Amino acid sequence: MAVSQPKLEGAANLAAHFTVPTGAKWANDTRANAMSVFNAQGAPHKRDEYWRYTDPSALTAVPTAPAAVFSNDEAPMFDGIERVRVVFVDGVLDADQSDDLTLVGASIETLEDVTAADIHWAKDLYGQLEANGQNPVQRPLAALNTAVADQGLVIHVTAKCEKPLAIRYVHSNENSDAVVHHVIKIDEGAEFTLLESGAGAARFNSVSEVDVADTAQFHHVRTQGRDHERKAVTHMFGRLGRESILRSFTMTVNGVLTRNDAVLEFTGDDAQATVAGACAGDGTGFHHDDTVFVSHDSVNCESRQVFKKVLRNGATGVFQGKILVKEDAQKTDGYQISQGLLLDDNSNFLAKPELEIYADDVACSHGSTVGAIDDDALFYLISRGVPRKQAQDMLVLAFLAEAIEEIDNEELAEDILNRLAAWMERR
Amino acid sequence: MLNIKNLQVGLEEEEKQILKGVDLNIGEGEVHAIMGPNGSGKSTTSYVLAGKDGYEVTGGSATLNGEELLDMEPEERAAAGLFLAFQYPVEIPGVGNMTFLRTAVNAQRKARGEEELSAGEFLKEVRAKAKSLKIDADMLKRPVNVGFSGGEKKRNEILQMAMLEPKMCVLDETDSGLDVDAMKLVAEGVNALRDGKRSFLVITHYQRLLDHIKPDVVHIMADGKIVKTGGPELALEVENNGYADILAEVA
Repeated sequence: MAVSQPKLEGAANLAAHFTVPTGAKWANDTRANAMSVFNAQGAPHKRDEYWRYTDPSALTAVPTAPAAVFSNDEAPMFDGIERVRVVFVDGVLDADQSDDLTLVGASIETLEDVTAADIHWAKDLYGQLEANGQNPVQRPLAALNTAVADQGLVIHVTAKCEKPLAIRYVHSNENSDAVVHHVIKIDEGAEFTLLESGAGAARFNSVSEVDVADTAQFHHVRTQGRDHERKAVTHMFGRLGRESILRSFTMTVNGVLTRNDAVLEFTGDDAQATVAGACAGDGTGFHHDDTVFVSHDSVNCESRQVFKKVLRNGATGVFQGKILVKEDAQKTDGYQISQGLLLDDNSNFLAKPELEIYADDVACSHGSTVGAIDDDALFYLISRGVPRKQAQDMLVLAFLAEAIEEIDNEELAEDILNRLAAWMERR
Repeated sequence: MLNIKNLQVGLEEEEKQILKGVDLNIGEGEVHAIMGPNGSGKSTTSYVLAGKDGYEVTGGSATLNGEELLDMEPEERAAAGLFLAFQYPVEIPGVGNMTFLRTAVNAQRKARGEEELSAGEFLKEVRAKAKSLKIDADMLKRPVNVGFSGGEKKRNEILQMAMLEPKMCVLDETDSGLDVDAMKLVAEGVNALRDGKRSFLVITHYQRLLDHIKPDVVHIMADGKIVKTGGPELALEVENNGYADILAEVA
């Protein structure tokens, strides 16, 4: 099908807006490739199947609309957790605010350094998982990211890391248009936990490529919180080896537009993956979209998608989740649930669950519900003397808790729950 | 304690009058029972007192120690000392039983201008009270009423009552769905709270419960009104002869 003129023009404008960095030949080639893919695909448009529920125009506008910096006196997320801390300000690594990039069990380099090196292992990974994830669904903003990113971390995990790496994205300039790209390679048997938090920039485009080798583990907890005007599009491309584990959880509160794509591919048997999200949206400007694609191509793997969204005052939540089970992926256990809790009649929850199954011995289930606060439960709490607003918050937190429970680490889960409770009190 | 005068209540959603002038006076420390056939308005009376949505009060009043309950929000009624033990306690997944109880206890204390209980004080008290109701630690940790048996749910209601220490307790068919032993346990829990000051309104279909929770006064409700009031012997009469005789007599 011919790509429409507005999409091609949109891509050309964005391509001209960013600078393609130059480095080693392999990096230049990868970037040029990604740019030609992007130009051929065109910029995403609301008439595209995968952008039907989310108008991408704020993500493709050139230049980006300014977003006022949201200031607050909250302690940064994950502050109480033993970690290596890295800070990006408007998408640029800030060495002064960051710890040394040393973590026992891993080597951490900057994308800038890595793409300047003639010989580097990342050559076989940078842009590769992203490119694999372009089929069957095109993800132009990820291709654009690969083409123009020169900020990000390249992480090689060789053992079980002694503590998490926590990346904090600070939004400080109201016109910032950030592109960040991380590459994470986790060797056999190694384990790594990545924590991400913060608004990032006025417009934030991030891609993470995560290669989880046999028996390796990747744990990911992310918060995209409290910066009312920021826009974000993120992609995580994960590849899972035999008996590996990947668990990713995202909490999103406010921000006008968020699109989080997760694209996972099982390549080895007996692996497990979870992608979960809790989101609280307030106001007509709020639009949050989780789009997940899980592809099973090996035996006896388990995947879970658990998404919960609480929406009020005209907020919109979107879930597009797909499980593809290829012919040989027998004994696949695929689970998918997406639920919207609407606190008023003006809010919207739009869900498109999809299952595509070619194997004959699998267990796949999916469910999607949308509803309001349970009046009987609310009255029960109130009748015991709990004030109405507090009772409602308790029920909202209880609803979101089912997604937060997907986090393996109890300390992190509690941290998330407490922060969410505090946000609800302030809103 | 509780004074209900000519209470008239209809449904909000449809044109239907349920209570057609209920009068009821419960003094300090008294236990009253309301019996009556299905659909007579017993449960509605309890819901309207507690402040459930969906009902429209078209006339009358209900005061607790002189304060008009019908003007208050449900949480204010609770803080004022009213407690409703539900016929069907609601399951609330995701909200821990202990968290809920502590929130409720402290919200009421706060509303009354009292100091909130610390986590330690609360824990000590709830453990002692749970023990006497044979509620184990696991039930306290679980989400509110989730996976509880019928008996466990009702015992959990009584535990809440014991923790919240209300002045006026309304028990809506607390005996429904309970076997004899479970009913005895619940009744013991209620009796333990009788201290000569606290008042009770026990709504039931059966005299059986009243063997265990001995009422001072028994009312018969029919078609939205109290049609007969008497002593405990009235409950026995219902048990033996059904409602037909009494209703014929007052008609």
